[in-house]
Amino acid sequence: MSSNDRTSKTLVVALALCIVCSVIVSAAVVILKPIQEINKTLDRKRNILAAAGMLEKNATAEDINRQFSDINTRVVDLNTGKFADDAVDLARYDPLKAAKDPDLSEALTTKQDVAKISRREQYAVVYLVENPQGDIEKLILPIRGYGLWSTLYGFIALESDGNTIAGLGFYEHGETPGLGGEIDNPRWKAFWPGKQVYRDGEVEIGLVKGSVDPASIDAPWEVDGLAGATLTSKGVTNLVHFWLGKNGFEPFLNNLQAGEA
Amino acid sequence: MQAIKETLTGPIFKNNPIALQILGVCSALAVTSSMKVTLVMCVALTVVTAFSGMFISSIRAHIPSSIRIIVQMVIIASLVIVVDQFLKAYAFGISKQLSVFVGLIITNCIVMGRAEAFAMKNPPMASFVDGIGNGIGYSVVLIAVAFVREVLGSGKLMGFEILPLVTDGGWYVPNGLLLLPPSAFFLIGGFIWVLRSVRKDQVEATEFKLANHATVREGA
Repeated sequence: MSSNDRTSKTLVVALALCIVCSVIVSAAVVILKPIQEINKTLDRKRNILAAAGMLEKNATAEDINRQFSDINTRVVDLNTGKFADDAVDLARYDPLKAAKDPDLSEALTTKQDVAKISRREQYAVVYLVENPQGDIEKLILPIRGYGLWSTLYGFIALESDGNTIAGLGFYEHGETPGLGGEIDNPRWKAFWPGKQVYRDGEVEIGLVKGSVDPASIDAPWEVDGLAGATLTSKGVTNLVHFWLGKNGFEPFLNNLQAGEA
Repeated sequence: MQAIKETLTGPIFKNNPIALQILGVCSALAVTSSMKVTLVMCVALTVVTAFSGMFISSIRAHIPSSIRIIVQMVIIASLVIVVDQFLKAYAFGISKQLSVFVGLIITNCIVMGRAEAFAMKNPPMASFVDGIGNGIGYSVVLIAVAFVREVLGSGKLMGFEILPLVTDGGWYVPNGLLLLPPSAFFLIGGFIWVLRSVRKDQVEATEFKLANHATVREGA
């Protein structure tokens, strides 16, 4: 039996190795954390701006931060449809985590849950683009829902009337590249601005098979479907319906128009 | 000197980790749909293989054989976490695309394979060079696969347009299959085929001979 295989030596080597490695790993994590946080925040801001159609081409970190200074981050209580800025601590609040916490979210019934997200958080974080006078120019709302393979996470931007779409974009999904993944294609995203959400108080906007006939009277509520991606297209329609519907932001949008939010 | 050169260049074609040793194929399928991501993955894997080889080799005289694999794993895993943290800090966009695959370098057979087969028996410097060599061998295959997949699958290379797509108003209809992982199987298969046609010594000996199909005899 060589000296290396004694129990005492085995324990010593294992212990020493674990200590050395854990010090190296924790040092790397702690030292790099601030830079990673900056990256994450910047990435989130970039996604929000991109959804609102405000992201300039080749925007640098400074551009994004400067543009973001015009954006007011607010908390909305989805149950009452009113602002609830004091309800949560914005710096720490993560709506996606809250959606998993029974205290901060509610389970949806199968009938309500068209977007297949199973639970919805009570407090949503929304972004208001305001002009220097403090009037709301655009609203950026978080949306998510299930497509074919994955949950799609994104933002939808509405004009101040709360009905006209200003832009839509997803920052995370796992749909098939080239088919459902085309939701990232700028040419497809360009179909959204100018479309209407509600018709007679109901969410009407949705994707259609093939191309939209511009002469049709339904055209303002229709967006071209994604070729070869029926289920992703359905998923996008469903999640927009859910988030702009009764269980989503509809009460808030109505209150906002009535000046009661 | 000759030995070092051999250790460095051997794994590129003569003893390629993917083509001959058939190791690390999983990540080769997953990350090769765009060249940029592929290059970062190649660098990450090369760094991990080289340094893990060096560290394991430098303590090889003290590693108890009973916990040999665990010791190697701990060193490799720590290096991978450090690399992952660096990517998250300095290449955030790419680290998001690589997602779990950086973490999965831990289970990449090339790293473990070289630690066990080379670093446990050779001095630190040689193990480092061996890691670099195998990393380059891995990279050669990945870059070749990524080149074909990105150009023909999305008409781009490193994000720059090469073949203008129909969907963007051009003429090229992209081949969707190339963006899906199975296409990498075909390409790696083709790579191995070409390599073994040139270097006949890599062809494995036939283990058994296929018998002829049974046929029904007339009047039976």
